[in-house]
Amino acid sequence: MEQNAWLTDAVARVGDSPRAIVRLFAAAGRHYRPAEEARIRLLHALPAEAVPYWIDDLYRHGDSNEKLAVLRALPDLPLDVEAVPLLHDALRTNDTRLIGAALGPYARHLDQHAWRHAVLKCVFVGVPLEEVDNLDQRADRELAVMVSALRAEREAAGRRLPADAYRLLERIP
Amino acid sequence: MRIFDPHIHMTSRTTDDYGRMAAAGVRAVVEPAFWLGQPRTNPGSFTDYFDSLVGWEPFRAAQFGIRHFATIALNPKEANDPRCRPVLELIPRYLDKDSVVAVGEIGYDAMTPEEDEAFSVQLALAVEYELPALVHTPHRDKAQGVKRTLDVVRESGISSGRVVVDHLNEVTVGEVHDTGCWMGFSIYPDTKMSPPRMVEILRAHGLERVLVNSAADWGKSDPLLTRRTGEAMLEAGFSEDDVDRVLWRNPVEFYGQSGRLDLSETADTGPLFEGSSILRGGS
Ligand SMILES: [Zn+2]
Repeated sequence: MEQNAWLTDAVARVGDSPRAIVRLFAAAGRHYRPAEEARIRLLHALPAEAVPYWIDDLYRHGDSNEKLAVLRALPDLPLDVEAVPLLHDALRTNDTRLIGAALGPYARHLDQHAWRHAVLKCVFVGVPLEEVDNLDQRADRELAVMVSALRAEREAAGRRLPADAYRLLERIP
Repeated sequence: MRIFDPHIHMTSRTTDDYGRMAAAGVRAVVEPAFWLGQPRTNPGSFTDYFDSLVGWEPFRAAQFGIRHFATIALNPKEANDPRCRPVLELIPRYLDKDSVVAVGEIGYDAMTPEEDEAFSVQLALAVEYELPALVHTPHRDKAQGVKRTLDVVRESGISSGRVVVDHLNEVTVGEVHDTGCWMGFSIYPDTKMSPPRMVEILRAHGLERVLVNSAADWGKSDPLLTRRTGEAMLEAGFSEDDVDRVLWRNPVEFYGQSGRLDLSETADTGPLFEGSSILRGGS
């Protein structure tokens, strides 16, 4: 089957029966490229009331690419704060792709303490800060203090922070 | 020399090993789910382990340009513990993952009725999920274990060309050769199989359907013994192309039967890969 036809059919099946998403979501990349586009379309095919349950289920049972698709879909899905635990899970990992994806627009639901630590972790593990949504508006004095302390440690060891971290420090008033 | 290690337990290896492997030419690995040394006591231990095989471990490998695939199963040793057996119900969901290219390691440890059941149930899963199967053979009573393994494989209805029977030696290779199953050889520092003995087996039985692996894990083992075997082949007069067939094209052909072996991000995968790529049509 041609890939657009596969996706159209898969979207219809998920609309009829949300449980169908379990296998379709995992196998999407073997029928449609880019896989992430197909996975996000499948998430949008879920009935609104089923979204909180299934994003949690698919994230927790997902491999890294499935987890990434869920995280990237969050801002546009009918959700309130239900998916915040998924952000915390992603931010606990050391997978730079998951950390970056957790800091998209949906991260507005993270409290300021958790958000600052997440940005600091980006600097620490080298996630480009351009992946952090709304960075300039949200960065505060306390974040500047934390990043400056990391800079002092790095520089004492003869190393440097990533260039985007220096630029961030210059921008924080 | 490009190397695909078709059986290695990277979870038990250090990040330095990834660096040494990449430098030696290893570009792809398959990590079969197996025992961890310390027996597990509940299904949750397995899911965390399986999650790392499709999550953290591929990420770690990618830092060194190595593609990491996995096989998933309840191993025969722990199939004997009733506390672990419920994991069988959790396995199917993992068999749909893009980087899962076979069911395994399944097979026998002590040849108990519990192992019989777990083995045949999981061979049926391989058929249902259209995956090849990686079959471990016992280290004790191996000759008997291999016989019984081949009987169970035959009864399961899985096509023999989709099964690799692993950890073979001079005594057990002939019987597996005749069945049409693939033959796996684990090259170890002291026991099981050494590079010079492996070369003799290749001379006697040919290169077809042969997989050479390091099976490196937490025991005394060496992830570079695939490379050493390639070097021993060259010294013994095999050609570069022969080495490439055994250490790269054969594992690509075997695991390519999953329809999921995406090597597109691997350097120099060569023309042979094209035919066994992903995105097969249908369904
Ligand atoms: Zn093994």
